[in-house]
Amino acid sequence: MNKKPLKKRIIRYLPIYLMALPGLIYLFINNYMPLPGLVLAFKKYSAKKGIFGSKFVGLNNFKYLFATKDAFIITRNTILYNVAFIIINTILAVFVAILVAEMTSKWKKVYQCLILLPYMISMVIVSYLVFGFLSSDNGFINNTILRAMGKEPIQWYMEKKYWPFILIFVNAWKVTGYNCIIYISTILGIDRGIYESAAIDGAGKWMQIRKITIPLLKPTIIMMTLLAVGRIFYSDFGLFYQVPQNQGALFAATNTIDTYVYRGLLELGNMSMSAAAGFYQSVIGFVLILGANLLVRKIDPDSALF
Amino acid sequence: MRSDKKFQILSHVVLIFFSLLAVLPMILMLTSSFTDNDVLIAEGYSYFPSKWSAYAYEYIFSTGNSVMRAYLVSIILTMVGTSLALAITTLLAYALSKKDLPGKGILTFLVVFSMLFNGGLVPTYIVYTKIFHLNNTFWALLIPGLLMNGFNVMLMKSYFCSSIPDEILDAAYIDGANEVKTFWKIVIPLSKPILATIALFAGIAYWNDWMNGYIYVTKRTELYSVQNLLNRMMQNIQFLSQSSSNVQNANVGLSSIPLASVRMAMATVGILPIIIVYPFVQKYFVKGITLGGVKG
Repeated sequence: MNKKPLKKRIIRYLPIYLMALPGLIYLFINNYMPLPGLVLAFKKYSAKKGIFGSKFVGLNNFKYLFATKDAFIITRNTILYNVAFIIINTILAVFVAILVAEMTSKWKKVYQCLILLPYMISMVIVSYLVFGFLSSDNGFINNTILRAMGKEPIQWYMEKKYWPFILIFVNAWKVTGYNCIIYISTILGIDRGIYESAAIDGAGKWMQIRKITIPLLKPTIIMMTLLAVGRIFYSDFGLFYQVPQNQGALFAATNTIDTYVYRGLLELGNMSMSAAAGFYQSVIGFVLILGANLLVRKIDPDSALF
Repeated sequence: MRSDKKFQILSHVVLIFFSLLAVLPMILMLTSSFTDNDVLIAEGYSYFPSKWSAYAYEYIFSTGNSVMRAYLVSIILTMVGTSLALAITTLLAYALSKKDLPGKGILTFLVVFSMLFNGGLVPTYIVYTKIFHLNNTFWALLIPGLLMNGFNVMLMKSYFCSSIPDEILDAAYIDGANEVKTFWKIVIPLSKPILATIALFAGIAYWNDWMNGYIYVTKRTELYSVQNLLNRMMQNIQFLSQSSSNVQNANVGLSSIPLASVRMAMATVGILPIIIVYPFVQKYFVKGITLGGVKG
């Protein structure tokens, strides 16, 4: 493009800058103004003195944080849950996507619509749904299923050993419909001619899926996985806070970095620990996202965030 | 072909199973909300209760209580939030889509960086409460985190870049239309699909949001949205079941703990708007995610 002189372009685009202004102001307030506050991780916060007046304590907050059992538990939980989510959700999403995309009946729209529905529901309501099944007094599982099997009721909200499975299940239930959309569109983008010539050569449906669909889905799977790995230090606060109903007895199995930061800030009044854990998450999270995106950009520039 | 036929039948079976799995929890909520409360206490939440009752709904809609109020808050919040979010996202995205805009690189960087790095909850909380004093105001529900996000901006920007031909914009410019006029008369009418998608993303985010109310609205319970009210109710039940010493604390914002069936009715009413609009908007949602590609 033949560029006009800078000054002329600035004058021409003056209204455009004005149009962009509200968004930029919001970005500044919501995303950039908090950044200096990260320094709190190195301070002993005093509400009276404010962020910048508070006393500088160097790495003390981190020393205290990593001296607790919590630091290990929240890091382990955050990472392990994410790993489980990545593996299970990918398998489910690819599986459902193949079935939906290869289906010839009009019903596939209905199935897709229903499977996506849980994604639209707030975590508060999800916690009600889970409570409907797991409530120890009124829950469907204790009252109907376990009773029919002649088993004793289980105090679900007291026993942490069940929660890794419950959370993995709830998460898969909520996101599978969303995750499979991208795989469905990838499959629909595959040239049908390949399938037709495979069919002429006598390849049945299973063979076609194994030899054509899955190999051609591989780049998308790799990309999605890489981007998910980039977010491995973050967790869905609603899932880990609402669904276990903030039950202390379950913390060992449900506490993640996000819930720890929240509780430190607003329930326990432990601002320093909270700030240190938040800083730890922001920085390592940033490195991971950056790394994942650099890798993605190498493989497929269009898929990278930048 | 035989293997194809077998595949189709098997697909139906598996997908019916998954579809049931997706909706059965919601159906349990619905049947529980129509269950007679005494039966509910005796038999638990059930798909086939021995006695039905619409009492829970009569209770919600008759008493002019906190439910209707919270509903109103949610509706206003969603409408205002969606409009504002759509406006500022579109305007910023349009600026970023201008190929020869001076300073475009910096602006794009500011948006992308906000997606990669953030200060986290603690500094954000301090900014909104200590500098802007948003806590316990309606603004606290509206502004933090929800109004605009980098993902939606980039999604819209790439739509503008790919779906609105430069020739049309250049022709309008040559014909003497200024940038505002071009945007309003040409770009907006051509962008209806993406506008619908972003409005949908924002609308769902606002309707479902409970975090802002939970974090920032601690005193003025009349500002509770449906989600906040449901959230508070669930917590009250937990408080009660754990220790009786917390009862006073537990009753903040509610005159009493509602019956089990009423709770489920409130949750049902809470997802009702989503269920009603969902069949009509689902395709824009899917389209938007597909456009966003693997970035989502």
